[in-house]
Amino acid sequence: MPASATGVHHRSYASELTLRHTRAERFRLLLILAAVVMVPFIVTPYWLTIANQIGIAVIGAVGLNILVGYTGQISLGQGGFLAVGAYTSALLHIRADLPVPVCIALAVITTAAIGALFGVPALRLKGLYLAIATLASQEIILFAVRTWDWLTGGVDAISLPRLEVGGFIFRQDFDWYWVIMAFAVLAVITGRNLFRTGLGRSFMAVRDQDIAASAMGVDVTRTKVLAFAISSAYAGLAGALMAHYTGIVTWERFTLDVSVLYLAIIIVGGLGSIAGSVYGAIFMITLPALITRFGQDFQSIWPQAAEKVPAVQVIVFGLVIVLFLIFEPRGLNRIWQRMKDYIRFWPYRY
Amino acid sequence: MITRAYRHSLNGSHLAPGQPLMEVSDVSLRFGGITALAGVGFTVTQGHIHAVIGPNGAGKSSLLNCISGLYRPQEGQVTLYTKNGPAELVGMRPHRIARLGVARSFQNIELFRHLTVLENLMLGRHVHMRHRLLASLAWFGPARREEIAHRVLVEEVIDLLQIQSVRHQPVGSLAYGFQKRVELGRALCMQPALLLLDEPMAGMNTEEKEDMARFVLDVHELAGVTVVLIEHDMNVVMDISDRVSVLDFGELIADGTPAEVSANPDVVRAYLGEELSA
Repeated sequence: MPASATGVHHRSYASELTLRHTRAERFRLLLILAAVVMVPFIVTPYWLTIANQIGIAVIGAVGLNILVGYTGQISLGQGGFLAVGAYTSALLHIRADLPVPVCIALAVITTAAIGALFGVPALRLKGLYLAIATLASQEIILFAVRTWDWLTGGVDAISLPRLEVGGFIFRQDFDWYWVIMAFAVLAVITGRNLFRTGLGRSFMAVRDQDIAASAMGVDVTRTKVLAFAISSAYAGLAGALMAHYTGIVTWERFTLDVSVLYLAIIIVGGLGSIAGSVYGAIFMITLPALITRFGQDFQSIWPQAAEKVPAVQVIVFGLVIVLFLIFEPRGLNRIWQRMKDYIRFWPYRY
Repeated sequence: MITRAYRHSLNGSHLAPGQPLMEVSDVSLRFGGITALAGVGFTVTQGHIHAVIGPNGAGKSSLLNCISGLYRPQEGQVTLYTKNGPAELVGMRPHRIARLGVARSFQNIELFRHLTVLENLMLGRHVHMRHRLLASLAWFGPARREEIAHRVLVEEVIDLLQIQSVRHQPVGSLAYGFQKRVELGRALCMQPALLLLDEPMAGMNTEEKEDMARFVLDVHELAGVTVVLIEHDMNVVMDISDRVSVLDFGELIADGTPAEVSANPDVVRAYLGEELSA
């Protein structure tokens, strides 16, 4: 049983439904927001790039957590859905010459539709079997991207011009930071809101007990397809942002590795938790960046350090997942909760 | 006896007491070569507690699953009289049947175990909520208003079943008796026209059984909810039910008032045991 703050007395359901009840909780949120605003003024360009990558990963991870963590439908197709978002937005921009915000919006809708389509196997399959079916969707999408030369340009990369909105050109990481963070915050807020409502609860009902859910009037078919669509919409947004931010779209950025990375993010962060998606994204993107940094720093002592970096990254990636699965399968979110409990209960143990 | 004033009626049926609410006719269900139900038929009357009894494997739970749409019988009809006229339940998907006001509990507790008691009960309101995607993502506005509006009824159910103390606990961590109560509560939150209870008192001690029987009677007397009840405890069945149907090996062997049924020699032989007839 987690600790709860004392002295909080609600006089209305509305006040009980707020997410933060104590001044400390609200202050913490303010600190986080302040940190988000401060970051681009403090960090080096290298870390600003990492921050932007984290922002995009947060959006994708929130989406995947909605599907895997909250609805219980395991998916290995996140890379494919990111690709759909990236390619849709990029192609609409360079072929149809639509403004980028419109391209991104259309990419979100298109990815949602394609996600819903690939979610259809989930109506019959569960667990491991569904994982294989979504793996197929990942491979089918990437196969289409590589072979439909007339549409995607095949294996060649698409380069995009710099984003320009109303005469302002987004040149640097600094400019992009605000765009990406705005969307990341939006993703977190909408994700959190979804699971405060009956619609989000029906997702969790399907995860926990689908037969009982149907007996309570939840249309399980519709719920699963909807979960795939919503989850893919977030992936589409992340993919589209990635495309315009990096300016280069190539299939190599959306391979199975990416799907696995996103699964790792939500496992490390915490399944069934929006905050966990954020923690996981920060952790799993920062870790390899740190290793790269250490590799460069060690070069003066050990000249081969830099070339060992990729191998070390892979080893650490695997190790982190194994350690989390053994010691805290509920991820960073649970660790953070335990830390908060420890402080609240202190000096008592429970 | 009405002890508290509740704002909401938990009864979702608009029929007058005494009218037929559901007719089960000639329902047959087979799994491969096994006949689970063979031509079962009876009528559930509005305002009754209708018990379905029978030895293990008699087909009681299968019958309930046929009514709530989880199983599809090969033959027969199940007709529910709703405010929009009669509806045929066989062949209808479970969530559609739930929308018509058929709520149920399960023999082995089937709660949403990671969710809190409150969230489980709010899921009982699912069919009465609108669930618009954009409103849900935005939270402030219609979605929040809806949550609060439905919370009022849910709190009445929490009060009725006396589970205030565990409101915010995940149901997976609760004691068995509480879980059974939450399951009853979740079904009640649907404001059911017909409440199907599959062994609500199984695995309980006498005191817990008395509590549960009291809750079922409360629901029935306060709100006039029609209940179909599967139960093994003959004392409970004879005490609280208005009508009893007896199944044995998938066949209906008796149907009548508790007094009639307990006097029926077939029932005594099949269910109560041979030695009692001596």
